Amino acid sequence: MKITVCVKQVPDTGTDRELRQDDSTVARDAADAVINELDEFAIEEGLRLAEKHGGEVTILSMGPERATESIRKALAMGADRGVHVCDAALHGSDALVTSAVLAAALSRDGFDLVVLGSESTDARTGVLAAMLAERLGVPQLSFASRVEADGQQIRIRRLADYGYDLVEAEMPAVVSVVEKINEPRYPSFKGIMAAKKKTVEVLTLAELGLTPTQAGLAASATEVTGFSKRPPRQAGTISADEGQGGIGAADFLAARKFI
Amino acid sequence: MAEILVLAEHDGATVKKVTTELLTLARDLGEPAVVWAGQGALDAAARLAEFGAAKVYVAASADFDDYVVAPKAELLARLAADKQPGAVLVAATQDGREVAARLAVKTGWGVLTDVTGLTADLTAEQQAFGGAITVQSRVRAGVPIIAVRPGAVAAGPAPSPRAATIEEVEIAVSDAARAARVTERVHEERGSRPELTEAAIVVSGGRGVGSGENFDLIENLADALGAAVGASRAAVDAGWYPHQFQVGQTGKTVSPQLYVAVGISGAIQHRAGMQTAKTIMVINKDPEAPIFELADYGVVGDLFDVVPQLTGEINKRGQEG
Repeated sequence: MKITVCVKQVPDTGTDRELRQDDSTVARDAADAVINELDEFAIEEGLRLAEKHGGEVTILSMGPERATESIRKALAMGADRGVHVCDAALHGSDALVTSAVLAAALSRDGFDLVVLGSESTDARTGVLAAMLAERLGVPQLSFASRVEADGQQIRIRRLADYGYDLVEAEMPAVVSVVEKINEPRYPSFKGIMAAKKKTVEVLTLAELGLTPTQAGLAASATEVTGFSKRPPRQAGTISADEGQGGIGAADFLAARKFI
Repeated sequence: MAEILVLAEHDGATVKKVTTELLTLARDLGEPAVVWAGQGALDAAARLAEFGAAKVYVAASADFDDYVVAPKAELLARLAADKQPGAVLVAATQDGREVAARLAVKTGWGVLTDVTGLTADLTAEQQAFGGAITVQSRVRAGVPIIAVRPGAVAAGPAPSPRAATIEEVEIAVSDAARAARVTERVHEERGSRPELTEAAIVVSGGRGVGSGENFDLIENLADALGAAVGASRAAVDAGWYPHQFQVGQTGKTVSPQLYVAVGISGAIQHRAGMQTAKTIMVINKDPEAPIFELADYGVVGDLFDVVPQLTGEINKRGQEG
């Protein structure tokens, strides 16, 4: 099975994240950069499927130069090779542009299965899986909390508000996974050493048959026109429970007409 | 006046609250026209009209239920091409976002997700980094496709509602859109509680709750308030409550009228999912817990004392009232 896992490098959610004053894009240099948490589950799921049914796992990432660190980490976890789409013209691309670039890279190499996290922790749009499926003309099996795929057929549990749906399709397909689907492994020392010898192919837009006018801020169908820090909430009433804490809370709810 | 297409979220008979919120927004933008995929439009027509729907486009094919989102996107794309709307509004739910995503690819129109406010000139407000930053954004290519966070906008009935015209839409869904088949829908027990993202009140439990059994305390308080139950990632990771109830950065984002956080410290992971709640109540024994920064009302105390007392008091007052 030919499996490609899409990985995004994002600012660490534990650090102070900011937008840039000049173009309102994410200040990627200002914070520690890590693999998007949900993508770690995607990497693990890709590796497990390849271990079970045989196959090769490719890591595909679009991002600035330092995104190569995230690709290397995924290789250290056990993936076979990396593809890094890296081009200054990509800066500020919205989801629609990003999906076009990733779809071009996926079409170039071919795949049986594309796996990605259900959303990124920086933009949180949660639309990439649907956009990729639409562009690639393959089934969309998103928000999966369980995946079975044998190279021909794929079945997932799709998380829903009321529980889950059982969804099936013929491969090739796009799958997005939610957290808890598995327990992502840590790179072993051996894995880290082996990753250094693995290939990471770096691609420009031109090599994907795209022009700079089809990418980046200028080509994006959406724009940020302004932003501001959320003002701190007005300080509330905080009191220590001295035996009547629940009564006081009920009084507050009554005053606000919740009860 | 241009039509504003509003994709209805429904269960085959009743329309979800978020759709009435979308209609309320749509009235300021143009003439609201609901797109109803599946059964139940006639049952819901009066309620849709009450919130300002002038038209309801109905496509009753079973394909909308039997396949994952792609058929709905085809329907919406077809209507978008025919009607030349001023904007397309969907709910920023899992399905709503994905329909919007596919529509954006089909049309090349820009899509804004998880929008928490919208002005008459179609400037959207979004929350970045878990609500730490408020962003204004616009669509500059094509007709704006806007996915609005449930609960972020208050629904209000139209000042002078008229009956909505029902128009049937014949559509043959393509084979390509029938690629991901739903073979079964599995409903897990949630009692009679409202859906998490739809609920006006959410009561959530975290690490401080201590065990799965102790979530009874959270459920009892939620039931006294007619609320949905949520859980922090710590509680879900510990296996105390199912994942679909997780509120936070990697779970659900909620925007209820009242959010009650019990035994939750308030890491960014959690705040990202609940920071836009209108009123926040916190019960936690650690006075240093960052969640208190968000609290309109906070009790520093043992949840095993405070929560049962609060639940009892609400039930008592309910009986007296």
